[in-house]
Amino acid sequence: MITATVFQFFGDNTSLLLDQCVWTLKMFGAAFGIAVLIAVPLGVWLGHIHRGAFLAINISNVGRALPSLAVIAIGLTIFGLGFLNVMIALVILAVPVILTNAYVAVDGVDSDLTEAARGMGMTGLQTLWRVELPIALPLLFAGMRTAALYVVATTPLAALAGADGGLGDVIANQASYRFVGVVTASLLISLLAFAIDGLFALLQRSATPRSLRGRRGIEAKGSVLEAT
Amino acid sequence: MTSLDTAHDEGPSARSGASGGTAAEIVFDSVTKRYAGQEQPAVDNLSLTIGAGEICMLVGPSGAGKTTALKLINRLIDFEEGDITIDGRGVRGENVTALRRGIGYVIQQTGLFPHMTIAANIATVPRLLRWDKQRIRARIDELLELVGLEPEYAKRYPAQLSGGQRQRVGLARALAADPPVMLMDEPFGALDPITRGRLQEEFLRLHARVSKTVVFVTHDIDEAIKMGDRVCVLRQGGRLAQYDPPDVLLARPVDEFVADFVGADRGLKRLSLRRVGDLHLLPAPSARAGEDGTAARARVAEVGYETLILVDDDGRPQGMIGRDSLNGPVNASDARSIGVFGRLDMPLRDALSVMLSQAGSHLVVVDDDGRLAGLVSADLISAELAGTDASARAFDADEVPT
Amino acid sequence: MIGILAQGGSGPVIPDFGGGGAGNSCVRDNGFFCWNWFQQNWSDTFQPRLIEHIELTVVALAIGFVISFAAALFAYRYKWFDFPFTTFSAFLYTIPSLALFQVLVGITGLTLATALIPLVTYTLLILFRNTLIGLQEVPDEVREAARGMGLTRRQILWRVELPLALPAILAGLQIAAVTVVSLATVAAFVYDHGLGSPIFDAINRGTFKTELIGAGGLAILLGIASYAFFAVIQRVATPWARYRRA
Ligand SMILES: Nc1ncnc2c1ncn2[C@@H]1O[C@H](COP(=O)(O)OP(=O)(O)OP(=O)(O)O)[C@@H](O)[C@H]1O
Ligand SMILES: [Mg+2]
Repeated sequence: MITATVFQFFGDNTSLLLDQCVWTLKMFGAAFGIAVLIAVPLGVWLGHIHRGAFLAINISNVGRALPSLAVIAIGLTIFGLGFLNVMIALVILAVPVILTNAYVAVDGVDSDLTEAARGMGMTGLQTLWRVELPIALPLLFAGMRTAALYVVATTPLAALAGADGGLGDVIANQASYRFVGVVTASLLISLLAFAIDGLFALLQRSATPRSLRGRRGIEAKGSVLEAT
Repeated sequence: MTSLDTAHDEGPSARSGASGGTAAEIVFDSVTKRYAGQEQPAVDNLSLTIGAGEICMLVGPSGAGKTTALKLINRLIDFEEGDITIDGRGVRGENVTALRRGIGYVIQQTGLFPHMTIAANIATVPRLLRWDKQRIRARIDELLELVGLEPEYAKRYPAQLSGGQRQRVGLARALAADPPVMLMDEPFGALDPITRGRLQEEFLRLHARVSKTVVFVTHDIDEAIKMGDRVCVLRQGGRLAQYDPPDVLLARPVDEFVADFVGADRGLKRLSLRRVGDLHLLPAPSARAGEDGTAARARVAEVGYETLILVDDDGRPQGMIGRDSLNGPVNASDARSIGVFGRLDMPLRDALSVMLSQAGSHLVVVDDDGRLAGLVSADLISAELAGTDASARAFDADEVPT
Repeated sequence: MIGILAQGGSGPVIPDFGGGGAGNSCVRDNGFFCWNWFQQNWSDTFQPRLIEHIELTVVALAIGFVISFAAALFAYRYKWFDFPFTTFSAFLYTIPSLALFQVLVGITGLTLATALIPLVTYTLLILFRNTLIGLQEVPDEVREAARGMGLTRRQILWRVELPLALPAILAGLQIAAVTVVSLATVAAFVYDHGLGSPIFDAINRGTFKTELIGAGGLAILLGIASYAFFAVIQRVATPWARYRRA
């Protein structure tokens, strides 16, 4: 019964919902892209030189303790209502997760391997590129996957902070869109999250050497769960 | 010499009597254990009597069922066929937790509780038995001393100890409530040879003080021979191959499997079981400086030796003098160095080794006070081994149906 | 439906930030942070909201812990239970919080239950997994030694397995607490409670900065404090874990 009404709602509001999906994806793409650009190089570099464990770990811990809505609220005072503020808040929330995983992934590469690489005459950068990164990749993707999910699932909060757009708009406005609208938009968000999670699962899998596949420990231990 | 002699003759089984302890006899009566879904039993129709206060070493190849047999005793593994009794009481009739509280259990990985201090680890069973605090505290101190750990270790956590120290704590914890029976599964298996050797010695000393019936699993045949009053050799499939005192096992392995298992050097291994003091030492011709050389020379000739042992007024050997230099009064300046002395508590294996390295045919043996006790020769050693063998063969002959 | 946005849209054109009195130009100009206003509203806005927030967090965490702990003990004993409970709580975990709050409004209305139920559900996965894994990771030889010494099943659980699982359990509580503090601000959208309320209030008034920073800042501090709280508990309650070997 509810399925039928959901489909009907979707049929009646297809273009609106698709627009909101696109808006949500844009928000996700921008925030996640910037977070990756900041956190991956920094985390990988810190891991490569085995420095800054304190920084990497504590940034993640403090980052994890930041309530998302509070970050958005404080951002409002600086950037005002709108896309930019929410995007920046999402970047702030995503960076710690990616950074820590990138750091741990590279820092944790067996020192026997890196020493062997240097022993064969590789430079530091060559070691990073040919040995450390390939080995760190699965864990690095695991961190990105967690962060991606977190970002997608947090985008609806944008609506609460006055950014007009995105599926959050529908979810937050039960008065206008009624219960069925809330449910439909929630399902769409969950679908997006599911799709993005699946995408990263594939990336993570293809980055894992065949011989190591099927070991579930890595992702479970490496990534940090975040509820939104 | 005599004191050592009696100490040895008293033998292992007398150890229990010595401290008037609480050891109990363990009897396996046709015990069979088959794990679910396995054709071959892990322990097959095992019958065995372990005397009160004895150390029974369980050996055998990997997978032979040693651990299984051990865990049947404290019912960490349940069994249906046959029975195991401790002092006549079947383990299956007992309340399982009460049974286990009365049995010390030591394993290779120690199983110490990481979240408890050493003191709390040791206090585990006494607390279960509701001893009062003071008694527990006193017991902890006593046990730490017994296993050779300083009292300040009481407050540490297991992760702060070395492997050997943790193994000592494991031992102390198992001894805490003074159980009559101790089960030990390769307790020293993960230690380096030196630590292992030291712990073996200490365990034997401790066993002499606190009488326990010990069932001890090991991979190491040398450990079995060194520690055991009796050695139980299991073969693949959990069947008993041989159950005998170490010396008999080495002298008369019942079949090729046991012979292989104890190793081709079993003759030498037997040598490490006996000590110089066990032998009837050969008399050594000796003389003090200034004695009449001609008389001394006659004494040397009488036993057919080439040299005389020069001793001081207390009878301590000072050197040796060739028969030919014995003209006139015995002169200390004619003496050559003797080299390394044998001692009464020296294993025969070491005595032989010293003899070989000094390229001599005899070893001069001194007693605990450094006084001349006699001589050992390679012939004497082989005669000793042959003697046991001879009696063993006679024993064999009895068993052969005629 | 409280329809904050609608209300915000139809609100007064000229910001009315209330309080502050006529002479407070900082508030009138919507200055970055008006300490005066914050102080004046501490005792009747911020402090009670903070306390509500803490209460909400504690209650949600406590309920979540009781459920997950019982479920984890059950799953530890009966392995088959692990998969369905994990799947179920993982499913709940993936629902965006705002959606869950909103959907519940249709069922339980604008009540405390609507705020509380999602908060509790978001703790389940982490608390359940951490407790169960903590128990499962107790080394076999430790368990066997305990059995060999004659501890009963219950004694092994309470004296050996649970103490050894404590670091994992506390780590789970730490993450759960931080999560609940965060989501409880969103909960104010459907139930006027906690530090989220002044945040929504400030947005409705036309992004009143002082209130946003005051409430947002308190929420952030509370998040960090709850993280630190469990870090300290962890250190005090499991002194032995410091010496763990590599
Ligand atoms: N829990 C179990 N379930 C099924 N089979 C088992 C179990 N434990 C041991 N076995 C089997 O029983 C046999 C005897 O095992 P046991 O552990 O007693 O050997 P062991 O003599 O102690 O060997 P090791 O020297 O390697 O410790 C082996 O074949 C083993 O595979
Ligand atoms: Mg074994």
